[in-house]
Amino acid sequence: MLPQNHFSAADAAPATAPLFPFVLQLADTSLILAHRLSEWCGHGPVLEQDLAMANIALDLLGEARSYYQYAAELEGQGRTEDDLAYLRSAVEYRNPLLVEQPNHDFAHTILRQFLFDNFHYHLLKALLTCPDAQLAAIAEKSVKEASYHLKWSSEWVIRLGDGTPESRQRLDKAIATLWRFGEELTTPTAMEKALQEVGVLPDYAALKPAMQAHTEYVFAEATLPLPTQVFAQQGGKNGRHTEHLGYLLSELQYMQRTYPGLTW
Amino acid sequence: METLEKVLTPEEQFQARIDADIRIEPKDWMPDAYRKTLIRQISQHAHSELVGMLPEGNWITRAPSLKRKSILLAKVQDEAGHGLYLYSAAETLGTTRDQMLADLHSGKAKYSSIFNYPTLSWADMGCVGWLVDGAAILNQVPLCRTSYGPYARAMVRVCKEESFHQRQGFEVMQTLCEGAPVQKEMAQEALNRWWWPTLMMFGPKDADSPNTAQSMNWRIKRFTNDELRQKFVDMMVPQAEFLGLTVPDPLVKWNEERQAYDFGEVNWDEFWAVVKGNGLCNHERLQARVQAHEEGAWVREAANAHAAKRAAREAVVA
Amino acid sequence: MNQSEWPLWEVFIRSKQGLDHKHVGSLHAADATMAVQNARDVYTRRLEGVSIWVVESKHIHASNPDDSEAFFDPAADKVYRHPTFYEVPNSIKHM
Repeated sequence: MLPQNHFSAADAAPATAPLFPFVLQLADTSLILAHRLSEWCGHGPVLEQDLAMANIALDLLGEARSYYQYAAELEGQGRTEDDLAYLRSAVEYRNPLLVEQPNHDFAHTILRQFLFDNFHYHLLKALLTCPDAQLAAIAEKSVKEASYHLKWSSEWVIRLGDGTPESRQRLDKAIATLWRFGEELTTPTAMEKALQEVGVLPDYAALKPAMQAHTEYVFAEATLPLPTQVFAQQGGKNGRHTEHLGYLLSELQYMQRTYPGLTW
Repeated sequence: METLEKVLTPEEQFQARIDADIRIEPKDWMPDAYRKTLIRQISQHAHSELVGMLPEGNWITRAPSLKRKSILLAKVQDEAGHGLYLYSAAETLGTTRDQMLADLHSGKAKYSSIFNYPTLSWADMGCVGWLVDGAAILNQVPLCRTSYGPYARAMVRVCKEESFHQRQGFEVMQTLCEGAPVQKEMAQEALNRWWWPTLMMFGPKDADSPNTAQSMNWRIKRFTNDELRQKFVDMMVPQAEFLGLTVPDPLVKWNEERQAYDFGEVNWDEFWAVVKGNGLCNHERLQARVQAHEEGAWVREAANAHAAKRAAREAVVA
Repeated sequence: MNQSEWPLWEVFIRSKQGLDHKHVGSLHAADATMAVQNARDVYTRRLEGVSIWVVESKHIHASNPDDSEAFFDPAADKVYRHPTFYEVPNSIKHM
């Protein structure tokens, strides 16, 4: 974990805890992961799984749109969901580093998905009782989807872990590459802490036991040893990203940047 | 009746059932040539859905709005589904998906040549939906009544889902045509590139299509290539006019006497060149499919290996 | 090449509560759990179902078309099994 003094002044807890940046963070996270999954479309390992990954991408894209629309409403500056998605630069994006990591191979994609789903599902479950009615409503719809995603990615971790020597080796590599990004999901930023203090957000520490139990179950089924703690990479939620996000955004935002202000 | 049936050969009985519009089902007797032709036609159709994901898939990551991104992803995903329904229908004839894919990858099996053209601008997403899917629907709707049951049922499902595809394409075009000048130009430029290749989708002229008669007899094809091409032109010219776009064929003209549009001759040299593998994108389209399949092999093997291990463990417990 | 192909499964979907499961098509999956999920991802993308059955295709036994006459024609002359065979006087209601 990074020492606290690495964070800039902008990350200091605001006097009141505005929901806007947090909703934007949720939106960015779902959009970037949906974008990554959509890169598989037409290139999946088997037709049935091509469809499965597109379904998850569509769920996340739908969820991202709900958050962006809500964020735009909270901001009240007349920006639209597309303005927020297409006209912000990488440093303004607030997704955790994990979701912007490249697909690389199916094992990396599965492990990235598993780490995210395990957090996403438990977060949404907690948000069901969020005092903010709109967030609670989005969570209610999304938690059903996330529950399926977690089932899907968990089963694939088990299959790849307890499959062939090659699948095991590839999954091991994915763990070596991606495990260090998991911790950021449950490490609150100053902004998240502020929202936790006023009771809008759940305490992430409270989500951890259920997440840990699920990980232990899946890894045992997959005959995988639990990964040892590694130096956690953080920063995405504060706008400090890996090199991958810039490329992703230049593709995602290509049309809006090339032809500003038009309707499509 | 009894005696008459007995003198009919199996081929004659088979043809009589087809003529009476009775569907043929997987376990029914059928002539070898019917089985082979169907496997070729259905798998070719399935391959077209699969390869057809690539040119549009190009633009999923670059779609200009979140709404368009969702629609495009859902549409390309539908194509995967359509490929799957069709492979399943072909599998009832005694082939396997692996065999069909091997034929695609080796170049033995064909897919629709239209997908060997590149998608170069966002307007191509409009043109593919509006023109290419429009042409596909003309081909496919009659196949919902085709003589082979599993194929007809797959096509019913495909057509039901396909109906939104053409509409979304038209909507993309309409939005461009009602937008800024640069958008209208983008739409016209795309139409210029897609018009002729789309006309080629209906296949060679009837005179050069020797299998048409047999296929129509078997009711696995219900209109000739030229009939469908004419229908398409008659349908699309007024739609292009509505959009304020010009079809890139100076010979397009309403013929009062025929109650149909006259139009120019397709460039058949180009048609045959692309069919034979010399289109701009033949190589990379096929390469993308081969790569996906080869790189997916370890995933499919892992799932099989895990299923076997699990089954063995469950057998011990039981 | 053929070792990596997953087995074929037949998919049956109940479109709404109260109706039978109906055959909708097939797909490939490595195991039953995956077959149910693949069926969900392939065949229920437009709210087509509320329940899914999958059966590995090799376990389906079908009647032989050659037996069709022996199997099904004998039912054709049992007209007395159908209510329309019986004449009910006009004055009798609710029968």
